[in-house]
Amino acid sequence: MQDHDDNQKEAVPGRRQFLHCMAWAGAGTLWLMKGGVLQAHALDGLAGDEAADASFSFVQISDSHIGFHKEPNPDVVATLRAALAKINAQPDKPDFLLHTGDLTHLSKPEEFDTLSGVMQEAKAAHTFYVPGEHDVIGDNGAEFFRRFGQHQSSGGWYSFDHRGVHFVGLVNVLNLKAGGFGSLGADQLAWLKKDLASRSAETPVVVFAHMPLWQLYPQWGWGTDDSAEAMSYLRRFGSVSVLNGHIHQIQQKVEGNITFYTARSTAYPQPAPGKADAPGPLKDIAPGSLQTYLGVREVRHVRGKQALAVTEEVLA
Amino acid sequence: MSGWQAWLRALALGVAALGAGPAAAGKAPEAKVEIKHFAFAPEVLTVTAGTRVIWTNRDDEPHIVVSAGNRFASSKAMDTDETYATVFDKPGTYAYFCSIHPHMVGTVIVR
Repeated sequence: MQDHDDNQKEAVPGRRQFLHCMAWAGAGTLWLMKGGVLQAHALDGLAGDEAADASFSFVQISDSHIGFHKEPNPDVVATLRAALAKINAQPDKPDFLLHTGDLTHLSKPEEFDTLSGVMQEAKAAHTFYVPGEHDVIGDNGAEFFRRFGQHQSSGGWYSFDHRGVHFVGLVNVLNLKAGGFGSLGADQLAWLKKDLASRSAETPVVVFAHMPLWQLYPQWGWGTDDSAEAMSYLRRFGSVSVLNGHIHQIQQKVEGNITFYTARSTAYPQPAPGKADAPGPLKDIAPGSLQTYLGVREVRHVRGKQALAVTEEVLA
Repeated sequence: MSGWQAWLRALALGVAALGAGPAAAGKAPEAKVEIKHFAFAPEVLTVTAGTRVIWTNRDDEPHIVVSAGNRFASSKAMDTDETYATVFDKPGTYAYFCSIHPHMVGTVIVR
């Protein structure tokens, strides 16, 4: 978003652009990742070269939970629409969208229909999806994969390359075991190892999956049983960004060259780890402030720097 | 077959029919499990064989009751205040969990 207005980019860098950005970005926070280390940046410090170097961007949305209809958000379709409108309004068009799961609340066909219909409003050329546990109820994800899958593997996981960045979409919400967490499974891990083996360590890698790929808060089941094995394949790369959903709030962690991020939901917030009896919808929010808890994430690739800039934008 | 034996047999059949019929469902022993705050309460439930166990979801999130090892039929997704019931006929220890929140675990012990 730092160079969201091409016409103004050259002429008025600095504070005026910063204020202009803030006007539509709400309380958006800009993060730059360099060599695996996350750095907070003032938005007005990014005009000029940093912005000009950006080669492309994409946007992550998550947890739209179509079918949820209770407090604090009885209209999750409207808030998803607002998220897409915010994305569509950017003069710098993202190359594509990622939806990191829980498209629906209960995996019902009519919920998938609604989600598909609303996503038609996105101007981006393509949306890549991975399933959340709410999308695979009753059929192990058959309907989800039929509608939204990439059909590269029988398990639904996939990868693709985009302008020098390697993207990997993983599935960690199936074959869950009693008392366990998210799960990748032996087949997917073997595929991942092979998928990454031929890539050079200089290739920036973006991994996305629904449940956090680190043990974020085991007491609430926020983690993935075998994520450490997956990370062992990724450790040799200079820049790895892991994008997850599931917990309806932003949490971040840096581990060597691997940076983990969870995204906001477009539907409703959940409490911070341990700040409530259970991880259900956060209802105790001030009237009218729901949209400050919801949002989208833009990720910008900066050419030649092996770094991705991650920007959070709230809907308000 | 003596008259006494025939009477016993008829009684047994009658009881079996009552137990199987929907009109008599209320007469089978019942036990309840509440699902609240992402937990099963009680977490360990002990019942006698033939007890109908009823789960009720009191959360705003859906939950699913799934038998570990597929030893009894799984529920569908239960939305708020929806219930699921199944009868446990055979003694044993039945571990179960919520397939969308697998850290939620419970046990039914049938004696």
